[in-house]
Amino acid sequence: MTDIKTEPGAELIVRMEKVNKFFGSLHVLQDIELSVTHGEVVVIIGASGSGKSTLIRCINGLEEFQHGHIEVDSNELLPNGKSSKSLQTIRTEVGMVFQQFNLFPHLSVRDNVTLAPIKVRGTSEADAIENADRLLEQVNIADQADKLPGQLSGGQQQRVALARALAMEPRLMLFDEPTSALDPEMIGEVLDAMRELAKAGMTMMIVTHEMGFAREVADRVIYIHQGQIVEQGKPEDVFDNPQNERTQSFLGRVLKH
Amino acid sequence: MDVTFQFDWQAAISSIPYLLTGIPYTLLISFGGLAIGFLIGILFGLLRISPVAWLRIPAIAYIEIFRGTPVLVQVLFIFYGLPQIIGGPVNALVAGIAAIAVNSGAYISEIVRGGVQSIERGQREASLSLGLSRTQSFRYVIWPQAFRRMIPSLGNQGIISIKDTSLFSVIGVGELVRQGQIYIATTFSALEVYLMVAMLYLAITLSLSLALRLLERKGLVGQ
Repeated sequence: MTDIKTEPGAELIVRMEKVNKFFGSLHVLQDIELSVTHGEVVVIIGASGSGKSTLIRCINGLEEFQHGHIEVDSNELLPNGKSSKSLQTIRTEVGMVFQQFNLFPHLSVRDNVTLAPIKVRGTSEADAIENADRLLEQVNIADQADKLPGQLSGGQQQRVALARALAMEPRLMLFDEPTSALDPEMIGEVLDAMRELAKAGMTMMIVTHEMGFAREVADRVIYIHQGQIVEQGKPEDVFDNPQNERTQSFLGRVLKH
Repeated sequence: MDVTFQFDWQAAISSIPYLLTGIPYTLLISFGGLAIGFLIGILFGLLRISPVAWLRIPAIAYIEIFRGTPVLVQVLFIFYGLPQIIGGPVNALVAGIAAIAVNSGAYISEIVRGGVQSIERGQREASLSLGLSRTQSFRYVIWPQAFRRMIPSLGNQGIISIKDTSLFSVIGVGELVRQGQIYIATTFSALEVYLMVAMLYLAITLSLSLALRLLERKGLVGQ
């Protein structure tokens, strides 16, 4: 395994130590050691079922793990769903975008974005709306604010989901295959919005099958195979000169077309 | 014996004012019982899906017992049986409302459970990932969607419970059927009066169906 030394003095936002997770007898995460520094964009690649989604879902406590520990912005997540502060505290600092968007279908686009700031942060309605409209503008969808999610295309819905997560002003954004449920012609608009976010300096952990995007945006690419981090490094190193034969074989399969 | 069938319209129409005096009781027992049953249903429906066994098991027991025994037996138990325990009479109206409450409550618990469980897991995950507490997630995200899906089943249960109140004529509460029986006892016009009784039930249940359809249509705009 290639060891990536983080720059001295760089502020760590995520630190996973010896994280192990089992689904019954299946060992889905094996001794995961992973640190992410502030402002870094980490892309996680791997075959379906390799554990890459599970890995990022552990970071905001949507999945429990059985051994090891995870530090997120100085809060600590412990095995079996325990944590130093409430999970809620951790989740307010960590945004997530899901494969299936998971917008709230009974709320307008704007209300989707303002719900958490109003209910969790106690933001006034006026401020929350102003902020929501600014974020919707940012993801290029301001004209849809009064519609319901069901009236939007998949690409538009995913951009709303991005705005919704950003409304909480997270210090870290998790992306769980954000373009996998999209029609091909809509993938670009979502990747564009993510690219902007990366440029703005957001710390991002992205699980994706979009290798071109990974190469372009990632500071670091991590390849996971059967619950283990097999290889990681700068995108040009991992993509052009993979060291591990499993990485070579995986990339051989996905980059061919 | 020569039986000539003759429908006496006069008898039918003149029974209506007397039958109408039963309607307030029918409505009070139905909607009073259903309102309490709805609260019971929310509580036990949620306990029913609790991961905590000692919350879940009593809820399952309640649902199975009151769904698995006839509402007629339940009201007889409350009206005739309970006084032996509490040492005093139970008002017939109260017994009727209580019977509808515990009976519909058991069914509504299952409706609530089904409604809540039908909401995709991603809704809960998305709301939790935004920092909402479990309670907030339920209140603002899960429940509004679940409730909308529950409306048709709740309407069904409402209609069933309204009709169930007709059984409570046996404890002497002056609801629609009871008033009909009293009227027939003096006029012997069973055919006409029971037809009118049936029509009045139909008027109540059709009004409810219509109201629910409007509510559902309004609700569906939000889907």
